[in-house]
Amino acid sequence: MANISGARIVAVFLKEIVQMRRDSVTFAMILWIPVMQLILFGLAINSDPKHLPTALNIQDPSVFSRRIVQAFENTGYFSIDAITSSETEADAMLQSGKVAFVISIPPGFARKLLRGDTPQLLIDADASDPAAAANAMAAASLIPSSTFARDLPGGGKTASATKPLFEIVVHRRYNPEGISSYNIVPGLIGVILTMTMVLITALAVTREFERGTMENLMAMPLQPAEVMAGKILPYIIVGYVQVTIVLVAALVLFDVPMLGSYFDLSVGLAIFIAANLSVGFTISTVARNQLQAMQMTIFFFLPSILLSGFMFPFRGMPTWAQWIGEVLPNTHFMRIVRGIMLKGSGLVDLFGDVWPLLAFMLAAIMIALMRYRRTLD
Amino acid sequence: MSSDLVIDVSGLSKSFGGRKVVDDFAIQVPRGQVWGFLGPNGSGKTTTIRMLCGLLVPDSGTGTCLGYDIRTGSEMIKRNVGYMTQKFSFYEDLSIRENLDFVARVYEMPDRRQAVDQAIARLGLTKRETQLAGQLSGGWKQRLALAACILHKPKLLLLDEPTAGVDPQARRDFWDEIHQLAAQGLTVLVSTHYMDEAERCDRIVYLAYGTVLARGTVPEVLAASNLHTWIVTGDDVRTLSHDLQAVPGITQVSVFGTTLHVSGTDAAALEMAITPFRQRAGFAWMASAPSLEDVFIHLMAPYREQTNGKH
Repeated sequence: MANISGARIVAVFLKEIVQMRRDSVTFAMILWIPVMQLILFGLAINSDPKHLPTALNIQDPSVFSRRIVQAFENTGYFSIDAITSSETEADAMLQSGKVAFVISIPPGFARKLLRGDTPQLLIDADASDPAAAANAMAAASLIPSSTFARDLPGGGKTASATKPLFEIVVHRRYNPEGISSYNIVPGLIGVILTMTMVLITALAVTREFERGTMENLMAMPLQPAEVMAGKILPYIIVGYVQVTIVLVAALVLFDVPMLGSYFDLSVGLAIFIAANLSVGFTISTVARNQLQAMQMTIFFFLPSILLSGFMFPFRGMPTWAQWIGEVLPNTHFMRIVRGIMLKGSGLVDLFGDVWPLLAFMLAAIMIALMRYRRTLD
Repeated sequence: MSSDLVIDVSGLSKSFGGRKVVDDFAIQVPRGQVWGFLGPNGSGKTTTIRMLCGLLVPDSGTGTCLGYDIRTGSEMIKRNVGYMTQKFSFYEDLSIRENLDFVARVYEMPDRRQAVDQAIARLGLTKRETQLAGQLSGGWKQRLALAACILHKPKLLLLDEPTAGVDPQARRDFWDEIHQLAAQGLTVLVSTHYMDEAERCDRIVYLAYGTVLARGTVPEVLAASNLHTWIVTGDDVRTLSHDLQAVPGITQVSVFGTTLHVSGTDAAALEMAITPFRQRAGFAWMASAPSLEDVFIHLMAPYREQTNGKH
């Protein structure tokens, strides 16, 4: 029977340590990925988002408007960013995702309040992300019983003992039942595409180097853009196939609504896929082997799922994390795909998310082309 | 441009990480000739070939390849050069036909299908054209690589150790093909470690540590070496070899099976040095021209310390 030799184990152990240290990129990733996860999960992610952007739609200006604003802001969940008296304008803000809530003070509110008629205050909530809206709604429901108590004649005592001074009526828009799969399934399109598209192209050029075929490719009259386009195009097709599968599953298995246009969706997809493929191509010009390419892909993938608003409400993150999120293509695609499918928005409504995606794609292509080596120097 | 020089470069230098790999290299190769590139591993052969076909930018030096400036004309050079890398660099997961078809498309060949058909027929692989390149033996891989390199009808072939690890019959076939191509006007620059291949070249260039140590036809290189050799035949040449080491007048002793090559730079001193040993029974001594290998080992002698120190 063969003996286990401690010395031979040490020999292999030392060899592995030396090899690990020599591959500095892998070594750095081993250290950085846990640090990044810690920061993202620990600091950036907050499933109880506060200070959500809210528009106030005042149809009945009165002294009470100010009180109402204050009461909502005091909950910590609402931040009144816009005040309007036009219903269409308020609606557009909700549609484009500029605000998460619209609080409407209907005509005659003050008069009814003073008469003790229990008027209604309307809240339209963007429930396409049910988790983000839930706590704010809960906080809002407590407002009637605690507001105006001091402002009304008789301290409002007579009324408040039996019933609140006014009611809050909530309209959950876009996903009235608050079904979480409505939010997650469209988002999955972005996540799946990010993972596969980046990874596939990240390996594409690295593989040529690893197998020694790159030297031959360089010796042939091929321009960098030709190599890049030739390598990226097949995967755009693959991307569309993936999307079709997810979309069919979403519509058939999960009954996710598709309110917008398929054309708008496919335009958004094309930009998003190209952006991800360019990131992968850039990675493959940096990574020296396929393992490094995979690690760099994960490095890009992690913030793409955690900071994009896929897993956790985007507005719950601290400002610095939102800035990082705003750079990532998945963040904007997430809003575009949810906007088109759940809200029926068009690309024009969503232009605020279309242009950052386009800008990212162009920048990534430029970097990839600049990084692509024409010689072996 | 002198129209008959396919390669005309001078002063080429290239360093990697502060180490000079090619130093002040110059070469003029006329059309239709086969030139051999020799030298130990790490002597700069591959780097030189890569500079000639635009894969590496030289640190200094100028010149033309096929009349195009090696610094600015790399696009045109790439179109007209066939470069065969040291390591098989076609796609192992593509079939023979798919590999050739890819090459033909990249070079935008007008009669692509016909060219690929012909190349496969020339290889004698018509029945195996759907086989994956990765499944081919070493010799067949080299032949496929050569076929792919000449598919676009280049004017210059740069072959980097094309026959490394290939059996003798395959090597001979390979060289027959190279001479056929040269007869059709193709210029060939080929690097090799094999002496018999060197002897099949019109001219040889011997490179070590980035500098040219010898160049010319094989007889010219042999004559220029000033090396004199005695060939000893006998049963126990190993013992004799041991005894001849470090004898003044003898610069190198090498065993080739049952023969021994004893060389020195001074014919008279060499003859004096071996006189006592010629008395020994069982050995036949014969004065001879040195072999190419003797000459190369001799050329490398001043660098030997360096070589040993390197590893």
